[in-house]
Amino acid sequence: MKKEPVDPKELAAAQRTSGFEEVVAVYGEEQALEEASRCLQCKNPTCISGCPVGIDIKKFIGEVAKKDYAAAYFTIREKNNFPAICGRVCPAEYQCRRSCVLTKKGSPFASKEAINIHFLERFVGDYGMKNNLAAPVSNDSAFTGLKVAIVGSGPAGLCCAGELARCGIKVTVFESLHNSGGVLRYGIPPFRLPRDILDFEINYLKKLGVEIRPNLIIGRTKTLDELFSEGYKAIFLGLGAGIPSFMGIKGESLCNVYSANEFLTRVNLMSAYKFPEFQTPVSIGKHVIVIGGGNTAMDSARVALRLQKMNGIMPDTTVLYRRTEVEMPARRLEIEHAKEEGIKFKFLVKPEEFIGDENGLLKKIRCLECKLGEPDSSGRKRPIPIEGSDFQLDCDLAVIAVGLRANQILTKATSGLKVDKYADVIVDPETMETSIRGVFAGGDIVGGEGTVIEAMGMAKKAAKAIIKYLRSLL
Amino acid sequence: MKIIDKAVLGEAQGIKITKLVVLAPDISRKAQAGQFIALMASEKGERIPLTIVDADKDNGAITLILQEAGLTTKLLGKMNVGDSLYALAGPLGHPTQIINYGRVVLVGGGVGIAEIYPIAKALKSAGNQVTTVLGARTKELLILEKELREVSDEFLVTTDDGSYARKGFTTDILTEMLEKGKYGLVYAVGPIPMMQRVAALTKGFGVKTIVSLNPLMVDATGMCGCCRVTVSGEVKFSCVDGPEFDAAAVDWDELVKRNSAYLDKEKHICRLNKLI
Repeated sequence: MKKEPVDPKELAAAQRTSGFEEVVAVYGEEQALEEASRCLQCKNPTCISGCPVGIDIKKFIGEVAKKDYAAAYFTIREKNNFPAICGRVCPAEYQCRRSCVLTKKGSPFASKEAINIHFLERFVGDYGMKNNLAAPVSNDSAFTGLKVAIVGSGPAGLCCAGELARCGIKVTVFESLHNSGGVLRYGIPPFRLPRDILDFEINYLKKLGVEIRPNLIIGRTKTLDELFSEGYKAIFLGLGAGIPSFMGIKGESLCNVYSANEFLTRVNLMSAYKFPEFQTPVSIGKHVIVIGGGNTAMDSARVALRLQKMNGIMPDTTVLYRRTEVEMPARRLEIEHAKEEGIKFKFLVKPEEFIGDENGLLKKIRCLECKLGEPDSSGRKRPIPIEGSDFQLDCDLAVIAVGLRANQILTKATSGLKVDKYADVIVDPETMETSIRGVFAGGDIVGGEGTVIEAMGMAKKAAKAIIKYLRSLL
Repeated sequence: MKIIDKAVLGEAQGIKITKLVVLAPDISRKAQAGQFIALMASEKGERIPLTIVDADKDNGAITLILQEAGLTTKLLGKMNVGDSLYALAGPLGHPTQIINYGRVVLVGGGVGIAEIYPIAKALKSAGNQVTTVLGARTKELLILEKELREVSDEFLVTTDDGSYARKGFTTDILTEMLEKGKYGLVYAVGPIPMMQRVAALTKGFGVKTIVSLNPLMVDATGMCGCCRVTVSGEVKFSCVDGPEFDAAAVDWDELVKRNSAYLDKEKHICRLNKLI
């Protein structure tokens, strides 16, 4: 008999929106075993090709089914440093689960029947954390005393730091903000990635000897040349994407029009949801509009709705997207969560203007309806605004989540570092080495916005190349 | 990040201007005129930007001068020598372009006088003939008089109430100067209404005028866009594109409004902390 997919427990929508508690619970052992038993253990597994870092998914699920959770943990750790994080934030429905043989052919994302690889990964990741399963350390005495600098403490930087530290290399991570984690801390809300999970992974790196230096802006406080002259033998740049894009429409600088980065940073990094205990304020809004169709838009909307509920305001948060639901790049899981929580969606809508009052406060948004045309370069159908279809919505808080561009603080301050037309750092795809010898890069600063796991994949590749490079110096 | 010196530079009419000297060796080595830092007073605090008024490379310290106006500046005013800031990062923003403009006028108002000081020093040593025009509400609130006198060829002061030097506004003096002479640059920092008046005035004379803006910021490294200002119709981030802009091109009304976005919340939290 065909077994039904096992859903993890989730907090009820009403309960979860009254705070920032984690929404999805980890599988219990029985659930994990049942889900693992659904895996067909294909002779030629297709799921692995869907994983950006090539985790041996078949093997780890087989190990879960045999209750050898430690083995499963080490199988994942071979390719992925942070299973507890990726099990929570990976867009599995576009990656491994979509490639699962149980997904219907030609589906744009995973079918419900596909194995819940991400939930199993998380089960294994949390098991590893609870049982302090650390990946093996291979202190190579040849590396004793060698220092490597990592710029940025986001997914790429942390992953690269771990890889190098496990070989006995002395790693220092430089972070411009006061707290580490990059987008994992300022971007992804705690209800998707609880802070104790992130802190656990960062503390593990510290135990490995990784030093994290916050409040240090490479490119400003120190240059790459200075890092080299301080004795760092190689440098990895995990700068992230950084600068929020705006739409260039009228009224975009009215008060209470936020970039998603600002809105989420205020809430997630600065804990504005605990104002006034924490001193950074954030506006709440009675009628919130979030613009965009990606994960950042979903996070922003779900944060905004929670703030409304926590402040006794009748929830009214709407996501506007130019295309339709099927084209939304956000995780299907998070779109579902958003709907359950009461987020409204308006599709085929293009914002044209923010309208404010005499005090510069946002009051309304004017939009055009769209229809879908031919597919564009992204392969998705292009939205075409319909002339004369103008309409207005009440809106006293807007969050713009339409993407990011490269932050150029470091790249502009570093002569000889080659960038492309998007100001992303150019690397050798085999080694992730930049145009400066001994300087490597990975994550969103290479090739633009991607996922956490893609950033980690690049970082891992760079770490391998850095180790090879260091050997060449010996 | 330890405070090694503190002094109240001026206090009157419920306004208090305080100087903090903070240990920050890495920042002190890099700081150039016109740049700023971002700081947090405590772990639960806000991130705010403050201009680097002076940098002492030998002692690895930077000088910050603040008017105790909002929550964080009031809390900073309560910190003492020996206390440490929770976070301090910089130097941020583009440094001022220091070249020989010939004759320059520096206009400083209120706590903005503090931001004028490093610029005056740098322009003076680049061979400019420096005229400094300072404006304060009243005599007790005039700061850095001695320091600025030393680096200025000509030094003029106005007070709103006439309690010291000439009664009136900095723009009164500036008008007379521009009517009489030619200047390569006017550089103004102070309350927004003052900078706005300077901008309107110098536009008429066609003198290049730079202002250093002080919008709200969060990360202060380009990541959030909180500090966006409209300059020549284009959205700029003050933290990475500025903080200096062409005075004639700034959308002042928008800046005033954006800077007031959290005033209610600020009052509320100041009251809760018994600071007002």
